[in-house]
Amino acid sequence: MDRLLLVIATFCFLFGFAYTMHALGARVYKPSRLNFFAILTGFAGQTGFLYLRGQADGRCPLTSLFEVLIFLSWSMVLFYLLIGSAYRLSLLGAFTSPLAFVIQVAALLLVSDTPMKATRPPNGWLELHAAISVVAYGAFALACVAGTMYLAQERQLKSHNIHSIFYRLPPIRDLAVANNRLIFVGFLLLTVGLGAGFMLGGIFTHSAITAWSVGVWFLYGFILTAEWRHRISPRRVAWLSVAAFSVLLLTLGGLNFIAQKGAL
Amino acid sequence: MEILCLGLSHHTAPIDLREKFAIAESEAPAVATQLLAAPGVSEALVVSTCNRVEFYVAAEQAAQGFAAVNEFLTTRLAEPPGSAFFQLPTAGAIRHLFRVVSGLDSMVLGETEILGQVKKAYAAASAGKTTAKHLNKLFQRAFNVAKDVRTNTNITRGAVSVGSAAVELAEKFGRLSTSHVMILGAGETCELTAGALAARGVRSIFVANRSYDRAAALAEKMKGKAIHFEEWPNEFHNIDILIGSTAAPHHVVTAAQLAPIMRTRQDRPLFCIDLAVPRDIEPAVNNIEGVYLYDIDDLQARADQSMNVRKQELVICEQMIERHAVEFGEWLAGGWTQAGVRYSEAVSGGQS
Repeated sequence: MDRLLLVIATFCFLFGFAYTMHALGARVYKPSRLNFFAILTGFAGQTGFLYLRGQADGRCPLTSLFEVLIFLSWSMVLFYLLIGSAYRLSLLGAFTSPLAFVIQVAALLLVSDTPMKATRPPNGWLELHAAISVVAYGAFALACVAGTMYLAQERQLKSHNIHSIFYRLPPIRDLAVANNRLIFVGFLLLTVGLGAGFMLGGIFTHSAITAWSVGVWFLYGFILTAEWRHRISPRRVAWLSVAAFSVLLLTLGGLNFIAQKGAL
Repeated sequence: MEILCLGLSHHTAPIDLREKFAIAESEAPAVATQLLAAPGVSEALVVSTCNRVEFYVAAEQAAQGFAAVNEFLTTRLAEPPGSAFFQLPTAGAIRHLFRVVSGLDSMVLGETEILGQVKKAYAAASAGKTTAKHLNKLFQRAFNVAKDVRTNTNITRGAVSVGSAAVELAEKFGRLSTSHVMILGAGETCELTAGALAARGVRSIFVANRSYDRAAALAEKMKGKAIHFEEWPNEFHNIDILIGSTAAPHHVVTAAQLAPIMRTRQDRPLFCIDLAVPRDIEPAVNNIEGVYLYDIDDLQARADQSMNVRKQELVICEQMIERHAVEFGEWLAGGWTQAGVRYSEAVSGGQS
């Protein structure tokens, strides 16, 4: 049942993406309720999956790479639903859908869905740490989406070649602001998540995951500091946002291997 | 009942002839009332804009309707209307009106101003009670057709003039309500472009010109602020859109000047519009991070591109209009039931 919900959610994201691309290709794109509801339905499917898994596991559903990927995708869509309409960035949905789709297809087809055997009883601080950290990565994922949109728009404006597909992209200043705010929110959440982790003491502070998480924290902290001090341009922030999340996503597999050695 | 259209437009008559036949907005209801006095004419409406003067009448017979308008024009000008006037019987008149309100018959293909003008003409005629069942139905249907065409095709899409192309591009950089504009020079194209930006609600406009008086005059028009030409670099830190249109024979803004300024405002892109020939802004500024330079050829190319898109849409628009015109012609010929079923079909369905 839980996997069925996930498959439905995945198709909803595929539909949202395909619909928007078709509308953009036909040059009649308008912020559409249909697209929004497709993403909302996908989000409901993800939420249902995570709820059922949480009930079955008796803990926060972050026991395997499979669950982490779904939780990450859920967090990203959550941020889109929260900020997409607020900042008039409806087209962000068109770019969020494919990333959510790819992450979920990768999870469904490439990653084993075998919950890890718990080596310890559920621990509130540990679950808080893990959940908030993955939600923070969701914010970074959406920042990556906004960064990609910024780079696409910027490249077109610089080269004087504005393709019809990207005709309705938001202004680059709005995209830069969205990118910065998402990095900031993600950074704050990751700080809280790491704080919760440090409350655990020994079982947290000596793990390789901690080193990895702290590395991610420093990476995004560097981007924010450089941006605030006007040391780097919005274009470079966008590049860094895309690069940092790509690294984060690619190293998740390695992280899972480390986790299997006994964290959550 | 016949619905007829008799008129002239920019396609058939030069401006001096259009001027001669133009009917003032305030005069139109009285003219329509005058036409109603003719035998056989039951409804009349006048559309008069700078590009067209058209009379729409509903008459029992086409000949009566055309004769009424011709007689009116002959009396008014003391000479017959001449070959510049077209006469369209029912099917052609319906199709023509649908094309006009959809912007397909306009000088700038797909422009939307004509719809407002026709709506105004209809409102005046309706208030003057010179329209009834047939013209009311025709014009209301025409407004629906215009909406259908504009919503479901790209006939109004994109900027088709240099000024509107500049505004459209400016919106890709940031919201105009928060953007500050600086104008160097006071040329006519520059004024049009700045006017288009001002109309879209830019935050502020600075005008710098070699002649301070001209700068002040333009600034007053744009509700902006005039500055002395040599002071423009001092005001530059807050500018989001720079428009160059001076008559200088050399570059007024160079990459060497802009590069250090841009380093202090990396979070704000600068959109440079160079409307001058010879160019005011050194092309190398486009290589500076955060600076985006468009010259008059770039903007013209964008306007041409948009016009091509509109032209490509023309076939789809014509098909939509044809469908609506045929439907309306059927209504006029046979009438429809309130449920939208043709009387002829309803009757035959009832008999079988």
